[in-house]
Amino acid sequence: MKTAAFKIWRGDASGGAFQDFQVDVKPGYVVLDAVRKIQADEAHDMAVRWNCKAGRCGSCSAEVNGMPRLMCMTKLHDLPEDQPITVEPLKAFPIVRDLVTDVSWNYEVKKRIKPFKPRAPDHEDGTWEMHQEDVDRVMEFRKCIECFLCQDVCHVLRDHHKHEDFIGPRFFVYAAALEMHPLDEEDRRDDLRQEHGIGYCNITKCCTKVCPEGITITDNAIIPLKERVVDRAYDPLAKLVQLVRGK
Amino acid sequence: MSEYSTVEHDVLVIGAGGAGLRASIEAAAQGVSVGLVCKSLLGKAHTVMAEGGVAAALGNVDGRDSWEVHFADTMRGGGYLNNWRMAELHAKEAPDRVRELEAWGALMDRTPDGRILQRNFGGHAYPRLAHVGDRTGLEMIRTLQDHGIHKGIDVHMEVTIVSLLTDGDRVVGAVGYDRERGRFRVFRAGAVVMATGGIGKAFLITSNSWEYTGDGHALAYHAGAELVDMEFVQFHPTGMVWPPSVQGILVTEGVRGEGGVLKNSEGRRFMFDDIPPLYKDQTADTPEEGWRYVTGDKEARRPPELLTRDHVARCILREVREGRGSPHGGVFLDIAWIDEKVSDGPAHIKRKLPGMYHQFKELAGIDITKEPMEVGPTTHYAMGGIRVDADTQMSSLPGLFAAGECAAGLHGANRLGGNSLSDLLVFGRRAGLHAAEFASSHGRGTVDAGQVETAVREALAPLERAGDANDGGPYYIMQSVQELMQAKAGIIREEDGLREALDGLRDIARKAAGVAVNGNRDFNPGWHTALDLKNILTVAEAVVRAARERKESRGAHSRTDYDGKDPDWGTVNLVLRKGEGGEMDLRREAVPEMRQELADIIQEQG
Repeated sequence: MKTAAFKIWRGDASGGAFQDFQVDVKPGYVVLDAVRKIQADEAHDMAVRWNCKAGRCGSCSAEVNGMPRLMCMTKLHDLPEDQPITVEPLKAFPIVRDLVTDVSWNYEVKKRIKPFKPRAPDHEDGTWEMHQEDVDRVMEFRKCIECFLCQDVCHVLRDHHKHEDFIGPRFFVYAAALEMHPLDEEDRRDDLRQEHGIGYCNITKCCTKVCPEGITITDNAIIPLKERVVDRAYDPLAKLVQLVRGK
Repeated sequence: MSEYSTVEHDVLVIGAGGAGLRASIEAAAQGVSVGLVCKSLLGKAHTVMAEGGVAAALGNVDGRDSWEVHFADTMRGGGYLNNWRMAELHAKEAPDRVRELEAWGALMDRTPDGRILQRNFGGHAYPRLAHVGDRTGLEMIRTLQDHGIHKGIDVHMEVTIVSLLTDGDRVVGAVGYDRERGRFRVFRAGAVVMATGGIGKAFLITSNSWEYTGDGHALAYHAGAELVDMEFVQFHPTGMVWPPSVQGILVTEGVRGEGGVLKNSEGRRFMFDDIPPLYKDQTADTPEEGWRYVTGDKEARRPPELLTRDHVARCILREVREGRGSPHGGVFLDIAWIDEKVSDGPAHIKRKLPGMYHQFKELAGIDITKEPMEVGPTTHYAMGGIRVDADTQMSSLPGLFAAGECAAGLHGANRLGGNSLSDLLVFGRRAGLHAAEFASSHGRGTVDAGQVETAVREALAPLERAGDANDGGPYYIMQSVQELMQAKAGIIREEDGLREALDGLRDIARKAAGVAVNGNRDFNPGWHTALDLKNILTVAEAVVRAARERKESRGAHSRTDYDGKDPDWGTVNLVLRKGEGGEMDLRREAVPEMRQELADIIQEQG
C-alpha cells in the first residue's frame, strides 16, 4: 500500500507546531480522508471540522501546502509526491484548536447586510413572474457554500485585519446576489461604500482563484458593485433624483 | 456540583437543517423567544446535500397535478403505512410553503412563462419537484438561514445536546456542551422541537455526514417518547461506489429524471425486467416511451428507472449479486447517451446537473457527459422516527415536538424523492407554531438539577476513565456498529442476521460503556464521537428490533425469509418505547382507519 507523509499543524491560541504523520492511502484519497484516518488511528483529539465530504457544505476549509482549499476536494493524487503535505488552519480567523478556527465573525457580518426586500407580488396569488434569464444572472452567486476560503485569502482581512471595516469577498458576493436579485428593491449602495468598505478591495482576484465553486467573485460581483456604488456617489443626475425623491 | 451556564427560551429547537430553521422562523413569528441549537456551523446541515428538488403539486408544468394526486402518490410509495393525516396535510400545504420560499428570496428554475419549473422524480405521477439545477437543498437552507437570522432567533452553533430534561412526563429543556471548549449549557424551555435529521451513520455506506447519529431519535426515546416505523431505512439506489473514499456519496435521482438510464455489465437496461404490479400501468413499455416521458410528453409513461427507490435499489443489488455488476460492485448510470437525442448533450447535462458533473469530475475523474457513472445503493434516509401527532407534531411527551427526518409518519415504508424537503417545510412550520403555542400556554417548566448533574457526569466520564487499550477507541467502536448494521440489517435482511446484529450490538454497547478518550474538553472530536455512541447504538437497536418483528417485505424493508407483502402486516405500525427496566419495548399498533374521502381519492387515483 502507498503511504503519504503529512505535516499537520496542532496547537491552540497560545501556540503550536507541525506534527508529522504517515498515512496508508487508498485510491482516490482526498486530504480529508487522510486527516480522518490519522484522527481515528493515532490522534483521536485532533480538531477538524467537516460535514458532507462532497464539496457541498463548505466546512472543511484549511490551508493545504499553503493554499486555501476544501480538504474534501483536494486529491492526494494532485499534490506533489516528493514532499510532505502540509495542512494548517485558516489564517484570517482566530485559532480555536488544531485545524479549527473561530469563523463566527462571518455570521455577524452577514446580519449587518440589509436583508432581501421583494417588490409587491405580480399576481393576486402572491407569486411573481421571473424568467430563467433573470434568475441565471444571480445563480452563480447563490452557489456559494460559505467555506470562507475567499475571506481567508483576502489580504485586507488576512494581512491587514480590517475585520471591523471590511466585509470581505464572501459578503460582496452575498450583497451582489441581493442587489441583482430580480425581485429585490433594497438599496445597499451607501452601506457598501461606508459600512462594508468595498473601497478596500483593490481587485487582486485572489478570492476568485481559491473559490471551490468557481464563482467569478471579483469580475462578476465586486466590480459591478463598485460601479453601482460609484454611480450613486458621483452621478449628478442621480443626486438630483435623490434630492427630489428625498431618498 | 458540575459547572454549567443556563439559557432560557420559550422554544428550544434542536437541529438547524431545513426543519429546525423553518420551525424557528415560525415560532419566532408567534412572538416567543427562540433558541436554535446546531451541532455544526449554521447552514452546514444535511439539507444542503439535497439535490433533486422539493415536491409540491403546484401544477406549473402539468396542470393535471393536484394535492389529491400528490397524496395518493405518497401513500402508494409508502406502502400505505403512512400516517394518512400527515400525507394529507403535506400534499395540501407544500405548494404554499414552496411559494413562501420565493417570497424570502429563493430563486428556482423557471418555466418558459416565468413560473417555478418542476421536474420528474420517482413515484410522482407528474413533474412535481421545484428545483434549482441539482443544488435545491443549498438554495433552501440558505434562504431559510438568511431569512431566519433577522428574526431574533438565538443561534447556538456547535453545541451538542446530550440529554433532554423532564418534569414528570413533560419535556422542559435540554443539556448540551459547546464543542469549542466543552462547557456545559442548560437550556430551560417551554417547549422543545427536535429537528436533528437522520440515522445514516448507523451504516457503513451512507450519503449522510458524521452528524447523523440519530441524536433526536435517541434523546426522545431515552426521555420516554415513542418511536415508530424504525424498520424502514431508505437505501438510495444511486450512491457513488468508486473510488473507495467517496463510496456512498449521493448521485441525485435527478440524473434519471433528466433521462439517465441504468445498465448492467451486459449493457442491458435491467430495470425493464422487473416492474411491480402496482406500477405496471404507469410504466413505459419501451425505452422510446420512457424518453418521451422525461422530455415532457404527457401521453407517455415513466421509464422504469423512475420507479420508487426501494425497488430500484433492490434491482441494482440483484444485478450485482448475479454477476452483472460494474467493475467496482455497482451498475452503470448513463446520462451521456442523451447526446443522441438533444442538441449539444454535454452542455445540456452540465446545465441540468452541474453539481453531478463537478462531483464526478473532481472526485472520480469521470466526465459524465462522455461516460457512464458507477453507482450502487447507499443508506440515505430514515422513514422511522419520533412518533408525532399529525396536526401539531407533538410527540407522545407533552412539550416535545419533532419535525423533518427525525419525526415519523409521512413516508410510511418508503419515502418518495422530493418529499423530504417539502416535509421539513410543512411540518417544520407546524412544529414551530404549535411549540410556540404550547410554550405560551404552559410557561417554562422546572429544571431538576439532579438530572443536569447526571447528564454532565455521564458526558464527562469518557475523559475521566482509564480505557481499554484494545477497544480501538471511539472511532473504531463507531465503525464496528456501522459494519455490523451494513452486513446484517441493510437492504436485505433475514432472521439469523438480525439476531446476530442484536447480539453484536450488545457486545459493542459494552465496549462503548467503557470507552475512554484522551485529550481535554477543547474541540475534541474523539470525545464527541464517544458521546455519539450511545445515540447510534440506540437507533441501531431500534432498527434491528423492528426489522426482526416485521415478518414481510414492504417498502424499504426486505426480508429474504419473508418475501413479498403480507396483507396482515399492511395495517400494522411498530411502536418502540423505553420500558420500566430500561429495555426496549416493542408493540404492534393498528394503522388508524383512513377518512372516507381520502380512501376515495386513493381509489380514484388507482
